[in-house]
Amino acid sequence: MINFKKKPLKAAVIVKRYYNGAPTNPKLKTVQFLKHFINQIALSRCFNIQSSHLQELGTLMLKNRFIKQLFSSFLDLAPILAVVLIFQVLIIRQPVPDVASLMIGTLFVIIGLTLFIQGLELSLFPLGEAMAHAFARKGSLFWLLTFAFCLGFGTTVAEPALIAIADEAASIASKGGIIEQTSAARESYAFGLRITVALSVGFAILIGVLRIIRGWPLYYLIIGGYCGVIIITPFAPAEIIGIAYDSGGVTTSTITVPLVTALGVGLATAIKGRNPMVDGFGLIAFASLTPMVFVMAYGMMI
Amino acid sequence: MIEWSTHFALALLATCRDIMPIAAIIIGFQLLVIRKPLAHPQKTLIGFLYVLLGITFFLEGLDMALFPLGKLMATQLTTPEFLGLGANQQTLAWRAYAWVYVFAASIGFATTLAEPSLLAVALKAEQISGGAIHAWGLRIAVSIGVAFGIALGAFRIVTGTELYYFIISGYVVVLIQTLFAPKIIIGLAYDSGGVTTSTVTVPLVTALGLGLAESVPGRNPLLDGFGLIAFASLFPIIAVLSYAQIAYWLSQRSRSSKP
Repeated sequence: MINFKKKPLKAAVIVKRYYNGAPTNPKLKTVQFLKHFINQIALSRCFNIQSSHLQELGTLMLKNRFIKQLFSSFLDLAPILAVVLIFQVLIIRQPVPDVASLMIGTLFVIIGLTLFIQGLELSLFPLGEAMAHAFARKGSLFWLLTFAFCLGFGTTVAEPALIAIADEAASIASKGGIIEQTSAARESYAFGLRITVALSVGFAILIGVLRIIRGWPLYYLIIGGYCGVIIITPFAPAEIIGIAYDSGGVTTSTITVPLVTALGVGLATAIKGRNPMVDGFGLIAFASLTPMVFVMAYGMMI
Repeated sequence: MIEWSTHFALALLATCRDIMPIAAIIIGFQLLVIRKPLAHPQKTLIGFLYVLLGITFFLEGLDMALFPLGKLMATQLTTPEFLGLGANQQTLAWRAYAWVYVFAASIGFATTLAEPSLLAVALKAEQISGGAIHAWGLRIAVSIGVAFGIALGAFRIVTGTELYYFIISGYVVVLIQTLFAPKIIIGLAYDSGGVTTSTVTVPLVTALGLGLAESVPGRNPLLDGFGLIAFASLFPIIAVLSYAQIAYWLSQRSRSSKP
């Protein structure tokens, strides 16, 4: 709503213009102008007026966008609240158990989502793109692929959702008589499964990065992967199939996704002849496809 | 209050532990391979702190407010008493579970809208496409896909059909759609399948699946409780590809109808 690309005006200039009655930008409506004015005054009180333009611009953007973002986070969350409340009151017909913690929790979620998005744009997106550009400039394919593999492996091996699902899978396997019914056997099975999934995600990011560099069409690889899933499923033990399919979904965590997306898009921007829209996406797709094949293969080997 | 703050500090610590490998990899490569200082170290650090705090607050809030209620409801909706299942009644027509499907679809839709990973990808897509793809439009398309997928997954648990058939036919639909869809959307559509199932969706959906598999007669929770996530990551791909296809057709038609 306010053109931030313009240099912010010094408070004195704004005051002058304000009294002269001329808006800083003819396109700005009065209300927006007033908001801008108040913001500027508040800023000049909180921070030194002589502070650098960059800092002023940064804080101004943060302030305005923070409030806007809080509101949009609330909008993001409203559907869940509505679903839970409507079902609780109208269909199950029981009072909501703990209203106070519901309210505080919702507030926390909204604040958390807002901070996350701010941090995303301040840090994770620029970081991923900067690294993509740095690797592209360096021109070493080996290091780029090593980085891609490490990123996929490292972020997956410690993923809490994966640890939970691996333990679940181990208990199913021991009840199904696939492995011995001892806790040692279960632990080694769960650990093996985690390593398998982490390896497969590392491999997926590696192949995805290689694809962006070589410019292979995405759908050949994805279709190939799906055919792999379809072929291997009838041979895999029945107990592992559900887990294998689910493990594809849980591997991509909240921090990995922005980083990997920014890496892909950054690479596609840095390399000549690649379109960031066509070639930049697709890394996450690999990361949720390969674990299915790898986990079913793991189930068959044991 | 003290109890609460230690709880919060522990949650923060757990988030730090989860972030550690990523931070280690980035710092390691930055120092050893790229060997160049970061462009804005201060900004990056502040942003990282924001992400850390944001995730902690987000998870804590979910744990306090939505997860207990959502999980409770998922189990309440699937109890034999609620479904009207008597002790002597062994089978029940799949239609009797109507509320379960409605709940499955609405919880799938709502949780996906709030999924931070999806938000990140949608923001990036809007930025890259120069506004041609709207973040909201994409998120709604994905949410509709997840809603349909989870409702179908609940239906599968109720009827006890093989997971395999649904997933394979879903893939076949995706393959056919891929051949016709505009090339520009394909990567994004595939990606949106993977990002839908994350911090918000997985716990609630898993609770629903396990509760349903426990109370429907003849289902084994260990075997049939899983697989909902797979539905939730397959159907968004179909939804996004269809959305792009329809948008493409509409723009073609309006172009050809103009003289």
